[in-house]
Amino acid sequence: MKIIVCLKQVPAKDAPLRLAAGSDGRATAIREDVSFEMNEPDAYALEAALRLKEACLARQESGEVAVLTVGPARAAQMLREALAKGADRALHIETPSGAELDSHAIAVAMAAGLQSENFDLILTGLQSDDAGYAQTGLLLAENLGLPHATIIMKIEPHAGGLRVKRELEGGRFQWLELPRPALLTIQSGIDKLRYATLLGIKQAKNKPLARLELSALGVSPGSNRLAVARLAMPEKTKATEMLAGTPAEMAAALAQKLRQLHLVP
Amino acid sequence: MLKFRDVDLVGLASLLNDDERLVRDNTRAWVEDNLIPIIEDCAREGRFPRELLPAMAALGLFGATLQGYGCAGMSNVEYGLVMQELERGDSGLRSFVSVQSALVMFPIYAFGGEEQKQRWLPRLQSGEVLGCFGLTEPDFGSNPAGMRARARRDGGEYILSGEKMWITSGSIAQLAVIWARDDEGQIGGFLVETDRPGFQAQDIHGKYSLRASVTSSLALHDVRIPLGHRLPGARGLGSALQCLNQARYGIGWGVIGAAMQCYDTALQYAGFRRQFHDRPIAGHQLVQEKLVWMANEISKAQLLALQIGRLKDRGEAQPMQISLLKRNNCWMALETARRARDILGANGVASEYPVFRHMANLESVITYEGTHDIHTLIIGEALTGLAAYA
Repeated sequence: MKIIVCLKQVPAKDAPLRLAAGSDGRATAIREDVSFEMNEPDAYALEAALRLKEACLARQESGEVAVLTVGPARAAQMLREALAKGADRALHIETPSGAELDSHAIAVAMAAGLQSENFDLILTGLQSDDAGYAQTGLLLAENLGLPHATIIMKIEPHAGGLRVKRELEGGRFQWLELPRPALLTIQSGIDKLRYATLLGIKQAKNKPLARLELSALGVSPGSNRLAVARLAMPEKTKATEMLAGTPAEMAAALAQKLRQLHLVP
Repeated sequence: MLKFRDVDLVGLASLLNDDERLVRDNTRAWVEDNLIPIIEDCAREGRFPRELLPAMAALGLFGATLQGYGCAGMSNVEYGLVMQELERGDSGLRSFVSVQSALVMFPIYAFGGEEQKQRWLPRLQSGEVLGCFGLTEPDFGSNPAGMRARARRDGGEYILSGEKMWITSGSIAQLAVIWARDDEGQIGGFLVETDRPGFQAQDIHGKYSLRASVTSSLALHDVRIPLGHRLPGARGLGSALQCLNQARYGIGWGVIGAAMQCYDTALQYAGFRRQFHDRPIAGHQLVQEKLVWMANEISKAQLLALQIGRLKDRGEAQPMQISLLKRNNCWMALETARRARDILGANGVASEYPVFRHMANLESVITYEGTHDIHTLIIGEALTGLAAYA
């Protein structure tokens, strides 16, 4: 089974979010002094892919995991981490530094980058920890004309296709059958993530990491269909009012407030 | 529990390559997930976290700088970063890895015959066999040249006798690298399986330091080993000291981790602990002085370790430079731990925070593998050309 895993490098979970005023008066997020890491749901997608590959190898079948990202030069470190954990090769569609692409532009770039690839399965995380649109996987599937399913917790080979467990709301689950190739977006926390071994980190150096320029795929930030209208820190909308006076005065004032708010008759 | 934040005032990360950062972050994540949750209990109970062995072996922590035999072949800087991250968790666990790697696998790798390497290195790498290193004796610590342990030749065998003291992993090891004097008076290294008749290991109880690692005394009463168990390349005390050089290098990095943990705990604590006019104690001048001292010394120690590591990767590091690293960084870490303890006030003596454990551990670390004073004399001799040991 040949599996492609789409990864995104996002600001580390404990990185502070700070905004700077942009030249057009709109705020942008400051990213310079932030450390980056593999998007957590994507890490679970990679883990799921590596387990599927290992199961294939155990059955004496062939198995390959290739990882793909659309991102700036720094994203190469995340690809190396994926190679160190056991991916076989990586494809980096490099974006110009500072360029912000929306889910649609990323999906178009990924679809173009995968043009010459044969694969049985594409896995992505269900959403990114930074923007959280949960769109890239679905848009990529539509661009490639693939069947897709979201929030997947379990993947089993089934009669030449796949049988997958999907999380619904309210603690309910759904089992689906899909043909191959297909695209699945993976839920976080479904398995225990592995660590890269020191030997794996050393061996990753010798694994292929191909680079493609975004512009060579005919995609640019101008391909975005989504425009950010405004970026702002959450504003405090609730206020606490302290009542002063003697206990009797405070009780009377409180009773009056509660009546005003129709919380008591 | 406070979440650890990296300490990097001088842009150290920009001096590391992608692999080095990955090694650091990966080990940090492993320590955070696996060691931090259990280490306070282990230290309190005086228990070595044996359950972590399979995972440590799978990560490739044992013999990580060696080439072949299942080892990762990491650079010295990468190895240093691993030591830093392990000791950020606990000096005891780092000590265990140092002994297995630098004091057991390294001498077999550097001084052993091919048959010895094939027999032992893969099993030590996989953690199937644990090792210990017997150099120090009850009466010979800083002056190992006076050792009394003997290896008498008797036909096709050596008969080993003597006592060894303060031996990390002594009672859990299946293999001991024992240093002893032969019939010609030459000090050599001998591979001794610990289940041979006459070999006894007893744990040293009552330690207030390195409580999560095993420390033992070894007694060898006429232990017979085949002649082929001697390390052919180990000639004289210099070979044993070469092993110590490896271990001291790792310690020089490791203690930075302990210091970073202490400093970061103190910084976070000072941010939320309020005294006098409801002001965080971090806003008090005397507390800031301590925090600045710690951050300042940690930054210098990081740069020193990185530079010695780069020299070592080029094969240019001198023993004197490794003494400089071990001496400065152990002192820096212990002083940092003491200041952090002070900032935490009464909380500094409780196991809710990791500071007192690190501080107590570092009292051992500044003592073993060459005390602070002995390293002073090594550097002093290198500077002046005059040995001042006696």
